[in-house]
Amino acid sequence: MTMHPILAALRKHKAGVVLISLQIALTLAIVCNAVFIIGQRVERVNRPTGLDENDLFLVTQQWVGAPSGDDPAGVEKLDVMQREDLAALRNLPDVASVAPSNSVPLLNSSWTGSLSLKPGAQLGSKGGTRTAYYFTDEQALTTLGLHLVTGRAFNAGDVQHQGARDQRDRPVVIVTKALADKLFPQGNAVGKVIYSDGSTAPSTIIGVVERLQIPSTGSWGNAFTWYSTLVPTRLDSSYARYVVRAKPGRRDAAMRAVPAALYAVNPMRVLDDDESVKSFADIRASAYRADVGMAILMGVVCLILLCVTAAGIVGLTSFWVGQRHRQIGVRRALGARKVDILHYFQIENLLIAGAGVVLGVLLAVGLNTWLMTHYEMTRIPLPYVMTGVLAMLVLGQLAVFVPARRASNVPPVTATRAV
Amino acid sequence: MELFAYYLELAFRSLKRSPGLTALMVLAVGFGVSACMTTWSVFRAASGDPIPWKSSQLFVPQMDIWSSSARSGDGEPPDALTYTDALALMRDHRALRQSAIYEIAPAVFPARAGQHPLTLGGYAVYAEFFPMLDLPFLYGQGWSAAEDAAAAPVVVISRALNDKAFGGANSVGRSLDIAGHDYRVVGVIDDWNPQPAYYDVFGTGGYTREGPALFVPFTRAIAGDLENGRTACDAEPSSPGFAGLQRSECVWITFLAELDTPARVRAYRQYLDDYAAMQRRAGRFLGAPNNRLRDLPAFLAAEQVVPGDTRVSFLVAVGLLVVCLFNTVGLLLAKFLRRSGEIGVRRALGAGRGAIYAQFLTEAAIVGLAGGALGLLLTGLGVLGIGAVLQPRLAALATLDVRLLVTTVVVAVLCTVLAGLYPSFRAARVQPAWQLKSD
Repeated sequence: MTMHPILAALRKHKAGVVLISLQIALTLAIVCNAVFIIGQRVERVNRPTGLDENDLFLVTQQWVGAPSGDDPAGVEKLDVMQREDLAALRNLPDVASVAPSNSVPLLNSSWTGSLSLKPGAQLGSKGGTRTAYYFTDEQALTTLGLHLVTGRAFNAGDVQHQGARDQRDRPVVIVTKALADKLFPQGNAVGKVIYSDGSTAPSTIIGVVERLQIPSTGSWGNAFTWYSTLVPTRLDSSYARYVVRAKPGRRDAAMRAVPAALYAVNPMRVLDDDESVKSFADIRASAYRADVGMAILMGVVCLILLCVTAAGIVGLTSFWVGQRHRQIGVRRALGARKVDILHYFQIENLLIAGAGVVLGVLLAVGLNTWLMTHYEMTRIPLPYVMTGVLAMLVLGQLAVFVPARRASNVPPVTATRAV
Repeated sequence: MELFAYYLELAFRSLKRSPGLTALMVLAVGFGVSACMTTWSVFRAASGDPIPWKSSQLFVPQMDIWSSSARSGDGEPPDALTYTDALALMRDHRALRQSAIYEIAPAVFPARAGQHPLTLGGYAVYAEFFPMLDLPFLYGQGWSAAEDAAAAPVVVISRALNDKAFGGANSVGRSLDIAGHDYRVVGVIDDWNPQPAYYDVFGTGGYTREGPALFVPFTRAIAGDLENGRTACDAEPSSPGFAGLQRSECVWITFLAELDTPARVRAYRQYLDDYAAMQRRAGRFLGAPNNRLRDLPAFLAAEQVVPGDTRVSFLVAVGLLVVCLFNTVGLLLAKFLRRSGEIGVRRALGAGRGAIYAQFLTEAAIVGLAGGALGLLLTGLGVLGIGAVLQPRLAALATLDVRLLVTTVVVAVLCTVLAGLYPSFRAARVQPAWQLKSD
């Protein structure tokens, strides 16, 4: 089929053609970027923390009238209280293991610092690496379900304690593989010495774990998401957090047993029902709620957009079919087959949609660039745009099919009738 | 008026003739408008002025104590103060009213026996905090400057805490056990939870689900070792504990100053620069004075409290509305031109172009009105359902009110009439003679 009659016909109703093309272009631009946002969020939400998240929960509690963590005697008393709590939790029938920790991944409550290969380096100076600390004890690896790649885990002899606002040397640490590779690109981090937070006291890396995310999910932590450091130190203050691994499938039962067990040790504490004992699944859900929400919102908008645009194509093509009833009849009478009429409208739509997607690709890239300058966005990858282009062309063809088939069913005899 | 009724009748008849097309347009307008309005309801709440009658007179002083603009890269000083600087600003008292503020979370014992203690979020503030921010008192009032000076154990509690601890009765004069010490209740405030939580953007990040449950004098909180919430440091404190934090160069205190005239603002700015220069001479600050004194709207903008997602969602929804409108233009065009014959007859019978415009714009307006009605319904559903999608703190901000509902309908009608302009223009240009001849 030659293009000439189609182009001539398109020129006859410029306004409609321009409108549909523009609509397709805008739809493509928005859908590409929205789907890209969805893709980014899904990827973010699905990244593993490095923990074995099943059967894991976190207990956050505060003692009331506890001794001050600012003087050595108070710190010792607080440490005794913390050890009593740990023992009570470890004795629960549904609990597999327990470790104290100042935070867990995705909790958005962090203690961050910097690691350097040189002693006394300034915070944020060159060669230093930002890190987030987990202050915990010898049960950390089993409780969190971390995978040790090389070296050894902490043992009871490594564990110290300190007031939460005090500084103490950190003779041994465990780091993540990402952090080890960053600090020692040649490998063999185990046994090497690093200095934390500008200290002059060395810390020896005794082990490397495969993966452990930092607590922060905010954008400020993006530069060091996988650079976690485990320190075998119990932090003593009026607050304490305990990470608990329940026996397989016994998480809910273990969670229910916690408040009574802790109140039995010491009733003078705050244990809020919903906030204090939280499953890791809940922590994960609340950390990523905004991301999941944004993905859903973008999905809904895309769906509405595609429906509206498809409906618009159906509507306008139906109008054109109605308008050209007689001409179609004439063509049929002159020997055009049904399939020729069908193809006519399909090719016409392809031309319109083609013009639309060309403009749409430009708009999509423009919109992406604008979003990049104003918000946290990266360059949209080509496959997203290409998929979008293909989707719009297919959508156009699907939408045009019904009115085009109606057109192909116009009987040749129409040509002989006056309208 | 009679003519208008006639146009209405014509419009209804025309719309009824092609119910599919009409439904399509109404749906498009309804969905487009409601997507816009739902996302806008969140956006306007998140970016709203939390204290519109006074925000231009409230200022947030910031000082570049670390002189390390490289830290964040944008040269912005931290958004909180050290204890040393906050105290100096309080002592010098160059503003009309002012308060240093920090977040506390003490354990509170309910008066009734047998209940476990609760952790309650609150703030350590100075006496002028209450009149400066116009806190609504239900009973009693704030404390006095003398009580600030004496570090008196007094407390202002929220209505919610008053309900919980005192059964909602006037509790002024009664005592409350906070972190193991007795505090005397001097005032109860009515519900107060402005969003963004401008009095502590540093600690809250902008939005809070619940307002503060209690306020105690800053001086008392320091004396009573009520520890703070968030701390940001450039270097580890050199001495341990809360006492060490107070001596350190870490920032953890927010500050609000009320400056009612431009002259006062200038003077305060000068004062901050002088203070920073003096600290530099004393060897504390390293670089040249790099201070900020922004009024509240400027401060909230600089802090970027409105999440980017909120803005992007709204913009995407506006894009959706634009596509819906293009769609409506196309469909209206098709619909109007299909009636070229009818237009030709009307024109030949003496109807002017104005009459054709009026007729078709009326038709567009009716579609808009119907779309607006559908939009109302969908916006209602959207605002209710947004909680499932957004962070609870933000979703709680989105509320249905008369303004939102009126805006929905107005936007729907305006947009559709706008979309109807070009199709009406085309319809009005139909040549009567040509139409009559061709049929």
